[in-house]
Amino acid sequence: MKFNWYKYAAPQPFFHLTGKCIPWLLWLAALLFVVGFYIGFVLAPTDFQQGDAYRIIYLHVPAAWMSMLIYLVMAAWAGLGWAFNTRLSSMMATALAPTGAMFTFLALCTGALWGKPTWGAWWVWDARLTSELILLFLYIGFMALQAAIDEPRRADKAAAVLALVGVINIPVIYFSVQWWNTLHQGASISMTSAPSMVFIMLLGMLIMTLAFWSYAIAAAFIRVRCVILEREKNSEWVKEVKREYIRSKA
Amino acid sequence: MSSWLEMGGYGFYVWGSLVVVVACLLIEVIGLRMRFKSLVGK
Repeated sequence: MKFNWYKYAAPQPFFHLTGKCIPWLLWLAALLFVVGFYIGFVLAPTDFQQGDAYRIIYLHVPAAWMSMLIYLVMAAWAGLGWAFNTRLSSMMATALAPTGAMFTFLALCTGALWGKPTWGAWWVWDARLTSELILLFLYIGFMALQAAIDEPRRADKAAAVLALVGVINIPVIYFSVQWWNTLHQGASISMTSAPSMVFIMLLGMLIMTLAFWSYAIAAAFIRVRCVILEREKNSEWVKEVKREYIRSKA
Repeated sequence: MSSWLEMGGYGFYVWGSLVVVVACLLIEVIGLRMRFKSLVGK
């Protein structure tokens, strides 16, 4: 049997598919979050240098990874929408931006809560922190630019240019701890060498990362459904979806 | 139990991080569901 993936490039089938996936993704995110919390906050041993303050790693590192990953995915969708004029690609980019901005905010916020007890300061103008702050501004700029232009297709194109230019900031964030002499510690996990941390710590962090992944996909799906409803409001199938919803609630 | 909650004197920072993360995730998802319901119910 041949599965036709291209079918889901159109808003209508994608709207219905995502509606079925969202509850599963949210429950999976909640389950993984509880397991990750139990491993990270209960089972994992105390760090010999940082004490229990290091446990913020189970929230901070996955949030920081998500902030960078979501930006790359958002820029890829925006670029696809710009190059091939595919409506759904641009809608996905629009849907990902606020969730990416939220994870960037969380990375900065949990980083500050880690920085105070370990460095003695909430914030320093370190290369890693500054480049992560620039990422937050890029997300805000992307959303502001889209909101500033009334015609959605023109807004998508303008925002896509900004998103693609901003991709240059991602390797800067990732390699900042190597390129500059920073106060921020080096990478927690390297792609080229074996992990230096204890297995249980690594496991907790990876499970929490999967929880954030699952959550981010669910949030993006809910938001893209809202964007579809707004942009396709005059189409017959959206009117039928609304009628069906009202009937189900009556 | 109480020593676990104290987190070796770092309780404010560790639990503060958890509260901020959980609050942000919940606020976003609840807000999104409300937005969806208001759009589909129009």
